[in-house]
Amino acid sequence: MIRVVIAELRKLRRPSLLLGTIATVGGLSALFTSIVFLMIDSEDGNTKRGESIGPKELSEALGLVYGFKLVGVFLGVVALCIFASQTAQEYSLGTLRNLLVRQPSRMKILAGKFIAMKLFALVMVLFAGALSIAISHALAGRAKVDTTAWGTSAAMHILFESALNIFLATLCYGTFGMILGLLFRSPISAIAVGVLWNLILENILAALINSTRKWLPGINFANLGEGGYPGLTYKHSIAVSLGYLIIGGALAAVLFKKRDVAN
Amino acid sequence: MNKTGTVAISASDLTKIYGERAALSHGSFVVPSGSICGFVGPNGSGKTTTIRMLLGLITPSGGSATVLGESIKHPEKYLPRVGAMIEGPAFYPALSGRENLKVLAELGGFPLARVDELLGKVDLAERGGSKFKTYSLGMKQRLGIAAALLPNPELLILDEPTNGLDPSGIQEVRGIIRDLANSGTTVFVSSHILSELEMICEYLVMLREGKVIFSGRTQELLSAQKPIIIARPEYEVDLAKLVNTLSEAGYQITIVDGALQIAAAKEASAEINRLAFDSGITLSSISVVLPTLEETFFEMTGDNK
Repeated sequence: MIRVVIAELRKLRRPSLLLGTIATVGGLSALFTSIVFLMIDSEDGNTKRGESIGPKELSEALGLVYGFKLVGVFLGVVALCIFASQTAQEYSLGTLRNLLVRQPSRMKILAGKFIAMKLFALVMVLFAGALSIAISHALAGRAKVDTTAWGTSAAMHILFESALNIFLATLCYGTFGMILGLLFRSPISAIAVGVLWNLILENILAALINSTRKWLPGINFANLGEGGYPGLTYKHSIAVSLGYLIIGGALAAVLFKKRDVAN
Repeated sequence: MNKTGTVAISASDLTKIYGERAALSHGSFVVPSGSICGFVGPNGSGKTTTIRMLLGLITPSGGSATVLGESIKHPEKYLPRVGAMIEGPAFYPALSGRENLKVLAELGGFPLARVDELLGKVDLAERGGSKFKTYSLGMKQRLGIAAALLPNPELLILDEPTNGLDPSGIQEVRGIIRDLANSGTTVFVSSHILSELEMICEYLVMLREGKVIFSGRTQELLSAQKPIIIARPEYEVDLAKLVNTLSEAGYQITIVDGALQIAAAKEASAEINRLAFDSGITLSSISVVLPTLEETFFEMTGDNK
């Protein structure tokens, strides 16, 4: 399986994908972090849903990761697109047959792909986090935010916890994308369904029937990245997310193992 | 069977059914080890389906087959010794030819040094660093052949390897196939250029509408066909008279380009010559021509449009 991981990493580190992802993730991280600090006095708010967060809150230990946490969901969507396209393109390009001739164990191919994409997602999250923190430090003075608390062990703990949560959420979105890629076998269809469902349909559904919020996959993935809140606990989101991914993953794995490779 | 009597591929009643259509129905054939075996049949006759089953990509609906002595139910036991190019070359467009081969070399556990060696062998050394999407069809095809050669295979399965190649490229591929066969590699090759196959294949498996209609030595197939005797009278005015004479003697004749084509055993040429002489007709030439593989193929598949 190590051989599959190495081969997959060679595909993932191709300049167009790697630099494109770095640029997208970096751009999102820079944008959201900058909004928090540069629009600190704006009446339209400087954080999600038009809410405001001021210098006092940002001066606390949590202030270090505020921008990073805002970008978490979008990192998940980027991961969904990458995992979905990297999986589905093996069918659409016809390259799956080459892979299976060289590595006949389909489960090894699947597991190797998953591990390689996990590593790619980890790099993506770490880069976004590092950039967000650097920008937070750079803009703190201008926003009159005291950064003393950002260097404490409490802040480091929050940073570690946030990075882990965002990585976990990114993995959930990515795995969801991979499942869609295996089911649809077309990058465009898999990405379209994934993005449409997570960013639009779930929100409409949750707005219409509030009780569905607790059980929708995308909302629970996003909640993992944010660390949970009293209305939707972290533990609940872990359980729901795992449920979706285990059932969806098992279905996709069985299909991948049994389905004829006829294209 | 070859000198050692072993078989590289053996299929018995191999069947693949999609819905109500049989892509391959009870296909039985043998490919001797160390031979070059051509795999021919019209489009949709089941060639690619058969190749995919042999490579473990699709599951047979019935029957059985072995590749290099192992059942196709366990492709992991023989695929490390098999090289294959199926239905044209498929690679990642944004990766270079070299990177594409490295992906497959890493996956199969082959030394990366082999990549440059193979790029040289298929004349892609200079363009190995260019993205696959910039390659011409011929270059893509050559990269596919290089990928198939990565494992230094005991069995090489090639599906239409000369598609898109220019005459010199076709000659190079023919040379590669012959070299491999000389070194003991079994080559199972499908192609629609039957003249190519006739030149290099000692064995043939012929398919029609999902059924194996011939499996055996190429020479055996060709020699079983009726030859054509071509007789040309010295003077064109004698053509009609010669037709009458031979028709009366019971021969079936067609006239092509001022000559008579007579489907008959080659021994009949002496009698034809004598009948012409007795009728006062001098023949400027008389020759016996064996049908080509292409003619035989059309004859057997009934696809002579």
